[in-house]
Amino acid sequence: MEFLVSQVLSGISLGGQYALIAIGYTMVYGILRLINFAHGDVFMVAGLFMIYLSASLPIYLSIPLAIIMTVLLGFIIERAAYKPLRTAPRMSVMISAIGVSYLLQNLALYATGGQPKTYASIPWISKTIYIFGAPTRIVTVITPILVIVLVVLLSLLINHTKIGIAMRAVAKDFETSKLMGVKINNVISITFIIGSFLAAVGSLLYFTNYPTVVPMSGAMPGLKAFVAAVFGGIGSVPGAVIGAFIIGICETLIKGTDYSVFSDAFTFALLIVILVVKPTGIFGEKATDKV
Amino acid sequence: MKKVLAIIMALALIVCCFSACGGNNGGNDSSEKVIRIGVFEPASGDSGAGGKKETLGMQYANSKTPTVDINGETYKVELVYADNGSDQSKAPAAASELVGKNVAIVLGSYGSGVSIAASETFNNAGLAALGVTCTNPNVTAGNDHYFRICFLDPFQGTVLANFAQSKFQAKKAYCLGELGNEYDQGLISFFSDAFKKAGGEVIADSFPTNNSDFSSYINKAKSAGCDVLFCPVSIAYATQIVSQAAALGAKFPILGSDTLDDNMVLDAAKGTDVKLYVSTFYAEGGNKDFDAGIKEYINSNADAKTANGGNDTISAVTAMGYDAYYVALEAIKAANSADPAAIKAALSSVTYTGVSGDIAFDEIGDAKRDTAYIKTADTANAAWIFETQQSVAK
Repeated sequence: MEFLVSQVLSGISLGGQYALIAIGYTMVYGILRLINFAHGDVFMVAGLFMIYLSASLPIYLSIPLAIIMTVLLGFIIERAAYKPLRTAPRMSVMISAIGVSYLLQNLALYATGGQPKTYASIPWISKTIYIFGAPTRIVTVITPILVIVLVVLLSLLINHTKIGIAMRAVAKDFETSKLMGVKINNVISITFIIGSFLAAVGSLLYFTNYPTVVPMSGAMPGLKAFVAAVFGGIGSVPGAVIGAFIIGICETLIKGTDYSVFSDAFTFALLIVILVVKPTGIFGEKATDKV
Repeated sequence: MKKVLAIIMALALIVCCFSACGGNNGGNDSSEKVIRIGVFEPASGDSGAGGKKETLGMQYANSKTPTVDINGETYKVELVYADNGSDQSKAPAAASELVGKNVAIVLGSYGSGVSIAASETFNNAGLAALGVTCTNPNVTAGNDHYFRICFLDPFQGTVLANFAQSKFQAKKAYCLGELGNEYDQGLISFFSDAFKKAGGEVIADSFPTNNSDFSSYINKAKSAGCDVLFCPVSIAYATQIVSQAAALGAKFPILGSDTLDDNMVLDAAKGTDVKLYVSTFYAEGGNKDFDAGIKEYINSNADAKTANGGNDTISAVTAMGYDAYYVALEAIKAANSADPAAIKAALSSVTYTGVSGDIAFDEIGDAKRDTAYIKTADTANAAWIFETQQSVAK
């Protein structure tokens, strides 16, 4: 019992952290039809920002600062590496994204000198509590709640604000909304800002649970969040969140069995099966709004 | 205009790259005689932290003894570095880089997998390689050019299994290693053999590369009622395992191999109630002069301090790197030549008493070692405490 509760709990929190990254993938895809490969690395850099900031600043200052810096990073990446390629073939933007991903990894390698960095333990949320006799960190419980709150806020933003309407318009038809006077660049920047913000929050939760940051830290969570986004139907926010929870829970449960060796293989096999059976993913109906 | 700017910036970058190369090659054109020792260590990747600490020992030794006499002539010893990136696919290229720079002998690497991957490159170039802390038997087995100064995994695995049974009366052990990592899997199999032979039960598990969620594995070990967790993994994974075990309230002691003997792991255990034991090559306090000297070196040099993880705790691999440098010098002196082939021939009969103990090679090229140090983490003060000297039970 304790074992199962503990496994499901860590699965849910892992899923929640994947969800926060997956939203960034899915929103950018919805609007730009671009798979932003650098997103997982933005997540990793958010972790490093937090480490370096918390070394000299108190936690209550370094958390907002780290989030702001990550948002700025996402914004700058879009302006510097994607915006100049707006009219270029989609493949060029994709390659540019891969370039940014490697650039961030190698800059992180340079900054950390290849040493694994230990994440600052944020008081309170890294404390251990007991749920049905199963010890876990408070962050495990907070993650799903925070994810739901953020997703609700995000859907309010998308469905009930002016910028949200503009986002949906751009996702539906890039050219027409441009002709209708929607400021495309602003909409895209805001998409990246939201994506990076969620990645920064995700990194706070993720690295509190798994407190070591190396330059490759973003690669695997990024890839799995991407799988989650595809799984849920890329372009759909609720799809990405549900996909992320399914992948997080399945992965943790499999690690708890005798077939733990296949936990990653399972994630990617699941991707293949889903793509074969339902190429658009669970929520990827044609009629779905692409944000 | 923008395009022009972009091109100029790209050119500037290229120029930077070349000037950096130029800087490395320059300064060798004095008439002074130079003998080069290749340092084949990871400076990046999973084992980057360990590789840097091992290199640190060599650099300290080099700063203490920067010259060697061959045939009455004084040669300056120059360390030449190549980063194998902790990656078996990058290792041969890094090895070729050293061969291309005309080194006389190679030291390293931290990590057995990369050493094995590069072995053939060194062999083809006729170079002798001296493993410092690569403990897998396959490094030296079946060849005559790879030597090493540390103990081997069969020995280390057995020592740890004996220790688990004598200290904790462990009946059931949970072993966790990285999938496809020869070092991890090798040690686990030796540990299992010894543990089972003494009547224990072993559950072995593997995690995929770049994994960071270890809670499932720790939960599994807990629910299976294991008495010890044995995880001979890289530092980055070890820190995760230790901190997650602490969060999950694991009561069983964690046993680690020489890789876990690291400040980072100590930091992860700091302030928790994890019981952590590691086997290693050298325990601080073993040689007072060396301890004082290396601490002074680390504290007087900002780069060295960064490489050591920001403090002056002495890693066993640093002591081993220090010894390896002197063994290489002994081989050069014994050969009385700067010729790689002569050094290779002389190496097998070299004996040296280093800070980590007596070093002599057997016919396979392994150092004859019969004890390992066991250290435990003092989690309150973030320091290693010497626990015991363990040798294999007869």
